[in-house]
Amino acid sequence: MADYWYFQPEFEERTLTFLSQRYEPEDTLVFTIKERDFIDSGNASSTIKNYLQKLGVKPEILRRVAIAAYEAEINVTAHTRGGKVKANIHKDFIHLMFSDKGSGIKDIEQSMSPGFSTADKVMQEMGFGAGLGLPNIKRNSDMLHIMSGENQPTCLEIIIYFGEKILPDHGRSK
Amino acid sequence: MNIPLIDFVNAINGKVLTQTTGLDQIMVTGGYVSDLLSDVMGNAREGQVWITIMRHLNVIAVASLVGLSAVVFARDMLPDQQIISKAEEENICLISSDLSAFRLAGKLYTLLEINN
Amino acid sequence: MKLRDIIKALDAELLVKLNDLDQEVTCAFGSDLISDILHCTQEKTLLLTGLTNPQVVRLSDMIDLYGIIFVRGKRPSPDLIKMAQERELPLISTMYTLYKSSGILYNLGLRSCKITHG
Repeated sequence: MADYWYFQPEFEERTLTFLSQRYEPEDTLVFTIKERDFIDSGNASSTIKNYLQKLGVKPEILRRVAIAAYEAEINVTAHTRGGKVKANIHKDFIHLMFSDKGSGIKDIEQSMSPGFSTADKVMQEMGFGAGLGLPNIKRNSDMLHIMSGENQPTCLEIIIYFGEKILPDHGRSK
Repeated sequence: MNIPLIDFVNAINGKVLTQTTGLDQIMVTGGYVSDLLSDVMGNAREGQVWITIMRHLNVIAVASLVGLSAVVFARDMLPDQQIISKAEEENICLISSDLSAFRLAGKLYTLLEINN
Repeated sequence: MKLRDIIKALDAELLVKLNDLDQEVTCAFGSDLISDILHCTQEKTLLLTGLTNPQVVRLSDMIDLYGIIFVRGKRPSPDLIKMAQERELPLISTMYTLYKSSGILYNLGLRSCKITHG
């Protein structure tokens, strides 16, 4: 298994503090992502986006969350035997965790370079062969962590800050 | 109506990436905008300029198969030297421009269909 | 440009039922790559594409689209049209190529959308 980490410098300290404590979120959404279901795929990401929109998250942040989540969701649909996404919503950031049942990323560094793609012909015809997926996730994330290996399940974590507290300090009423 | 490739290059402020000579001799009959290889294989025609943001080696193979004399990379997309060399071997002119594919198509269409 | 004028200029067919064909479209973007469309578009956009799979409609959940123009006479499946109808997302089908459609709209004054470079 290999680990890949990326931190947006501005948020590195805050993110590391969170990762060392991994405190409880205010709210959690969980979605199943089915293998090769190109009709439903994207539904989790848009539901998460709409949820954050209702909480009052700013449009430019919503856009970043939507794009990062969508690219990750499509990756699970296209390249794995299915998986799930857990969206942990904290007071001032969202923490997305994608996990799948394999078949893993052989070389994470390589897969991060723009233009590198393992998309098959079917996917290319659908407009997914550009090798821009993981780079798109990275440039929209404040933290990206990928844990994977050949024929291993992949775990991909994203953190994006809202730029303001959108939930009151005592949590939301359930 | 046809126009020489040099007119289009000038209109889009394009950078010619290959060592192609005689840009005033290469005639352009139309354009094709696509980022799908099979689409270009099936539908593009000789004499057209292909406008795309794809920049891998297969682009050159497809351009060569179809008989396209020029490929324009939109939005400053720059291919590797390996791809430029391959294009030179195949006699395909590579051009880059900072304009979007929509605008590149618009400008070529203006030259070919409106001004001509 | 009004949606109505765009449909007319491209000799196109509207695939969903819409009440308002007079809505103004300010800019357009042409691409066949989902990630590219997501990355590039900085403002509400009319998308011209050769893609007709359901993920094109999903795009409109992530970014703001005025509508989608399918080029080369491509027609999406009824399921996709239903998805668009639910979202009140205009779908338009034209026989023209992406090149010709872009050329015509550009020459009628529709501008290219603000895009992210690189």
